[in-house]
Amino acid sequence: MSTTSKTGSDPAPATGDEDLGAASSQLSTAPVEDAPNLPSLGVIGWVRWFWRQLTSMRVALLLLLLLSLGAIPGSLIPQSGTDETKVADFRNANPTLGDVYDKLGLFHVYSSVWFSAIYILLFVSLIGCIVPRTWQFVGQLRGRPPGAPKRLTRLPAYTTWRTEAEPEQVREAALTLLKKRRFRAHLAGDNVAAEKGYLREVGNLAFHIALIVMLIAFAWGQLFKMEGNKLVVEGDGFSNTLTQYDDFKSGTLFTQDELDPFSFTLNKFQGTYETSGPNRGTARTFQADVSYSVGAYGKDKRTIIKVNKPMAIGDSKVYLTAHGYAPVITVRDGKGKVVYRDAVPLLPLDNNITSSGVIKVMDGYRNTKGVREQLGFEAFFLPTYTTGSETASTFPALNNPVLNLAGYYGDLGVDAGIPQSVYQLDKSHLKEFKDSKGEQQRENLKPGETMKLPGGAGSITYESTAEWANFQVTRQPASDWALTGSIVAIFGLAGSLFIQRRRVWVRAVKGADGVTVVEMAGLGRSESAKVPEELGDLAGILYDQAPGAPEADEDPTDTPEPHVVPAEGHEK
Amino acid sequence: MTLAAATDLAAATNEHLANLSNTLIYSAMAVYTLAFFAYITEWIFGSRSKIGRTAAALTEGADGKAKGPAVTVKKGGSTAVLERPKVVVRAAAGQRDVPDGPGAHGGDEQGDLYGRIAVSLTVLAFLIELAGVIARAASVERAPWGNMYEFNITFSTVAVGVYLTLLALRKNVRWLGLFLITSVLLDLGIAVTVLYTASDQLVPALHSYWLYIHVSTAILCGAVFYVGAVSTILYLFKDSYENKLANGGRPGSFATSFLERLPASASLDKFSYRVNAAVFPLWTFTIIAGAIWAGDAWGRYWGWDPKETWAFITWVAYACYLHARATAGWKGRKAAYLALLAFGCWLFNYYGVNIFVSGKHSYAGV
Ligand code: HEM
Repeated sequence: MSTTSKTGSDPAPATGDEDLGAASSQLSTAPVEDAPNLPSLGVIGWVRWFWRQLTSMRVALLLLLLLSLGAIPGSLIPQSGTDETKVADFRNANPTLGDVYDKLGLFHVYSSVWFSAIYILLFVSLIGCIVPRTWQFVGQLRGRPPGAPKRLTRLPAYTTWRTEAEPEQVREAALTLLKKRRFRAHLAGDNVAAEKGYLREVGNLAFHIALIVMLIAFAWGQLFKMEGNKLVVEGDGFSNTLTQYDDFKSGTLFTQDELDPFSFTLNKFQGTYETSGPNRGTARTFQADVSYSVGAYGKDKRTIIKVNKPMAIGDSKVYLTAHGYAPVITVRDGKGKVVYRDAVPLLPLDNNITSSGVIKVMDGYRNTKGVREQLGFEAFFLPTYTTGSETASTFPALNNPVLNLAGYYGDLGVDAGIPQSVYQLDKSHLKEFKDSKGEQQRENLKPGETMKLPGGAGSITYESTAEWANFQVTRQPASDWALTGSIVAIFGLAGSLFIQRRRVWVRAVKGADGVTVVEMAGLGRSESAKVPEELGDLAGILYDQAPGAPEADEDPTDTPEPHVVPAEGHEK
Repeated sequence: MTLAAATDLAAATNEHLANLSNTLIYSAMAVYTLAFFAYITEWIFGSRSKIGRTAAALTEGADGKAKGPAVTVKKGGSTAVLERPKVVVRAAAGQRDVPDGPGAHGGDEQGDLYGRIAVSLTVLAFLIELAGVIARAASVERAPWGNMYEFNITFSTVAVGVYLTLLALRKNVRWLGLFLITSVLLDLGIAVTVLYTASDQLVPALHSYWLYIHVSTAILCGAVFYVGAVSTILYLFKDSYENKLANGGRPGSFATSFLERLPASASLDKFSYRVNAAVFPLWTFTIIAGAIWAGDAWGRYWGWDPKETWAFITWVAYACYLHARATAGWKGRKAAYLALLAFGCWLFNYYGVNIFVSGKHSYAGV
């Protein structure tokens, strides 16, 4: 037996088994593996040769291997797409290596030239493979399964018996039986040829086509995606325009017109935490209660956004990604006039939401001499203050909030035109408010408490605590295509792997002694115990319709001695 | 106040359940250890018998094919079986016609008895471990895979479950027992010592039914891939043993005694292919379920997070393996190496990424 029955190559290589070669031909559409002998036909020959190589299974295999190897560095080296700061840290720590990595694109592996080259080649190969295979398959569907090879005994599963029935009767019965079993069967001279399991090929082609769909959807999504962040304090709102975002990233082909028109207000943020046990303080739920409206004149609707439950509006999704506290602060000048009143979002420093930030009073304040001045406060906040742990909160909820404030006056430097962080003070033109001992004035306030600034400079009051939530708005078009592609891929794959494509032949001829000899054989494309099992099944039924005749003197010489062991899958 | 009291009460029962779970896991380990010794005994008794089937098949006469194994296909035990035509099966081209070994007991009756005892103990240990996993789940009031400790105990339970299911389906897999139980003991040993984490809750990002789907199928796939990898390794040994015999070499007596009792290399190869191919679509589904979950939790379905990347690498590696089987010149040993490589990727994704690489999937709890 030749290797052809395994690989389904077409046509059969010269192994002296020509009959079997034809029988197993076109049992699949997998490309033939020919040795890479070099062409001698000039440019066109070379191009054709190159194309043949690219679309061969061997090269597909190598490209797949390369793809998995190529994906590895990106998981071990920090990637600028996911964590810019880590990349910066890495560069600072290893400047020379950083340069080398930069040259090789190792900080953005998945968009690097070489990685793209691998998958583009792979997909060109894939398309170059699918198109001819599809045509070939259509041809196979139009044609009929090939007739029986001369010597059925050479096939992987074989059985024979002698019967009184006429050959025509046997063939007729076989044809009916096979058709009833949904084989594509036809009479081919002295035998019935049948084939089943075409869905395997359909599944395989569908799988590979789905891969292409997924890749295109993924690429499309990358080009047109957008992602922006916005921090919103309870009671405040957001409307979806570029200027409103705290930060914004988008794919190369994204344009502003693609922002879905909507706006929302954060009514309330709610977080609950584990109150006991070893994981005390671990978050149990985060949810944001929002009112939103779509379009310029949309009606207000209310909804809840949770960590895993984004709000979907058009193609955009609004995710809840972070939260923290925003103490409501009132600052008064020496005369008691309110010069500042706002909820100030503070940045969490740890899991118990110990937070810090600054309060900047830019205008409206005049000092005791009536001169315009700016004020700045450093704020340090513990949602749960416990004596003994003065510098870190002991629980994330607002059990015993304490706000620690230290004040400065002078020039905040905000008018210099240089962008400034809203969470830091530029102290180069600021002076500290000093207490009576000459040290910087620093006080712990509880909600409702006020810190008086020295020398009648005014006061600062911690009124209450609001919460803020950070929302990420993303738009990743074509994700439904990616999803459809992947569902098709799974079903195609299952069909391709679980369905057997196999052929069955039934030959019935009159022997020399006038008794009909029935021979049946089965051939599958891939390893499976099912082919002999099914053949046994079919033979059993056919045998009932064409019962055995007394044995002739001896078995046909070519039949192997049936050395009987239990069928595979039937062991024990 | 009453609310607090109720919480305390609930916490107490949870703690009770968590302790119960720990006791059960330790008990399961004890029973697995007994099963382990029973398997060892089976192998030892089995070594008394001389088998030499492989050697006989490979050295007897040049035309092995005529002596090839044949198959009768029985039909539902009907009495007509004997009258019906017998189906003769030939080995596929390029494969040797070597009969399968008899299994660890090597045909020795006492060995067989110990093998049966080992399987019974494995069933018992499995049930205890399963109860332990369920108690753990009840104590944390969620699925038992929030951290690596839970992942490990669930994983080994599922792996043993896969093995017992194959046995229940009357597949010839008892020879897997010793290797499987050894690694289950290792896995549990690591779990209770290095990875142990007291019961805890999930962070909100882990609350999603996609998590349940994604992680449960991931565990199942891992368990099945693992079974495939074990038989692939055994295939490699058995194949080189058969090669040596076929080339007139004389393998050592230990190798002979040991390998003779395993199924033929062709059967092992086929078994690992089927196992790997059978879960590959599920693994594909696992990755997609993960992507859907990531889309819900983080706003992008694919972000090349290390865990995602390694799931992808594992997937591509298994796809390579399946392709290799369809490509002439890459079957057999070469494909087997690819299968092991692919399993290595899975293993790295499971342990390596949690421990060495930080990413969004940092639920390791180590
Ligand atoms: C994106 C890369 C690819 C992936 C992930 C992939 C994956 C797979 C998988 C998992 C199978 C197994 C299913 C089965 O055995 O029926 C398979 C089969 C197959 N692939 Fe691919 N493939 C890729 C590219 C290609 C390319 C470029 C070609 C053409 C050269 C190709 C040709 C085939 C063929 C012919 C089969 C069927 C083999 C058989 O009938 O047993 N594939 N592929």
